[in-house]
Amino acid sequence: MVKKEGRKKNSKECSCGGTKECACESSQKSKPLISITKGAVILEPGSTKKYKTGEWRTFKPTIDLARCIKCGRCWMVCPDAAINQRKEDGKFEINHDYCKGCLLCAKECPVKCIPYVVEEK
Amino acid sequence: MVEIKVISGADAIAQAVKLCKPKVLPMYPITPSTLIPERISEFVNNGELNAEIIYVESEHSAASALFGIYATGVRSFTATASQGLAIMHEILPIISASRFPAVMAVANRALSGPLNIWNDHSDAMSERDQGWIQLYCETAQEAFDTTIMAYKIAETEKVSLPLMVCIDGFSLSHVYEPVQIEDAIKVDAFLPEYKPVVVLDPKRPVTFGPVAFPNTYFEFKEAEEKAMLEAAKVIEQVHAEFAKKFGRTYGNGLVELIEMKDAEYALITVGGTTGTAREVVTELRKKKKKVGVIRIKSMRPFPAEQLRAALKKVKTLGVIDRHASLGFGGALSNDVKSALQGQKIIVEEFVAGLGGRDISKSRLHDAFETIIKGKKGYWLK
Repeated sequence: MVKKEGRKKNSKECSCGGTKECACESSQKSKPLISITKGAVILEPGSTKKYKTGEWRTFKPTIDLARCIKCGRCWMVCPDAAINQRKEDGKFEINHDYCKGCLLCAKECPVKCIPYVVEEK
Repeated sequence: MVEIKVISGADAIAQAVKLCKPKVLPMYPITPSTLIPERISEFVNNGELNAEIIYVESEHSAASALFGIYATGVRSFTATASQGLAIMHEILPIISASRFPAVMAVANRALSGPLNIWNDHSDAMSERDQGWIQLYCETAQEAFDTTIMAYKIAETEKVSLPLMVCIDGFSLSHVYEPVQIEDAIKVDAFLPEYKPVVVLDPKRPVTFGPVAFPNTYFEFKEAEEKAMLEAAKVIEQVHAEFAKKFGRTYGNGLVELIEMKDAEYALITVGGTTGTAREVVTELRKKKKKVGVIRIKSMRPFPAEQLRAALKKVKTLGVIDRHASLGFGGALSNDVKSALQGQKIIVEEFVAGLGGRDISKSRLHDAFETIIKGKKGYWLK
């Protein structure tokens, strides 16, 4: 079931390793959400939402909607509340902005409709 | 009203804290710093100080409460020693990274192993890398004065770092000396009310103490280092202002030079040992020996520049370290050596006075004799 899905090589990618001073694409992506305030104070409330913790993921699970039986087990076991029920058909889908790839959903799915791939960074 | 009282070093700090008007005080007693919370509690009880005391269950909680109190934006204070400071260790860098100008008195006492309640500097010296300014005092009057200066230094906008006022446990904390207690109005004029920029307020939510990932942590530490270097200048400025207003000086606030103008041989001391060293220098000067003493008052920020300037004529330097960095000399002598890198001065280290062992005059005479004769430094037992 495990497939490898490498990130596409970007011509803009450089060898800086993602320092925030560099103007390359990967550096701009890793720009800190926290600005360097005195005493590391975050002055804006609710800023945690902006932090896409899905970046931490190694395994990327995806629900095969054609086979989903709407049982909601994945939704129940997800420790990060990253699985939502779709309004249109009651099936479940994963919000990859926050899914950290623990694969509990894939393990617990009774019809095994949640395959996953390895994301290489 | 100015009055002169014969009080202990710990009491002198308590008297100064009273004049600085902290609002909330998390304190936990530990020998030999206990006298400080004891006296402050008396002031609160009899109405001399309008503050709330939090009866915390450990020093870890005292330091944690200190963080919380400063997050709400009011002045605070705590005191501790030895194991108490050690258990605070986890919270100390959090307070400094949050740039809270907390002031804490440390009545220096040996760290346990074996259990020992007497004076050396192993407790505070072990915490020197945690982003706290450290000022060491020699006399009760200096403890009083330094505590008042401490708030002003720490609360200076570009510094905004916590500060430890260190006094020798027992040999200063419990020693009675005449102390001039300054007038409250004069202290108020010197030390304005604490005005924090950002505070916890439900109407304007902010986050204190967030996680900093590898892409930001470094920058926050860099900012602390810059503030620490800035603090060296601010300490001098505040000290000069204090001297002008109250007429007492302690070197330049960072280092004090005793008979150093033409000294060829000098000892470096910290805290109360300096008093003994002063006498030894006077005795040796009578014998026409060109000796002097340099007292390091500010251990962090370390006054490397001032030290280099003071040592132009010195051939050999002896460092009296009341703390052993086991495995490699003493923290102070290591700092001195790195400050003097590239200079042709011989530095000999003397680890002395551990666990309350007296550093008597004869011991310091031995140290001077050792460096004058060009012998090696050793553990001054």
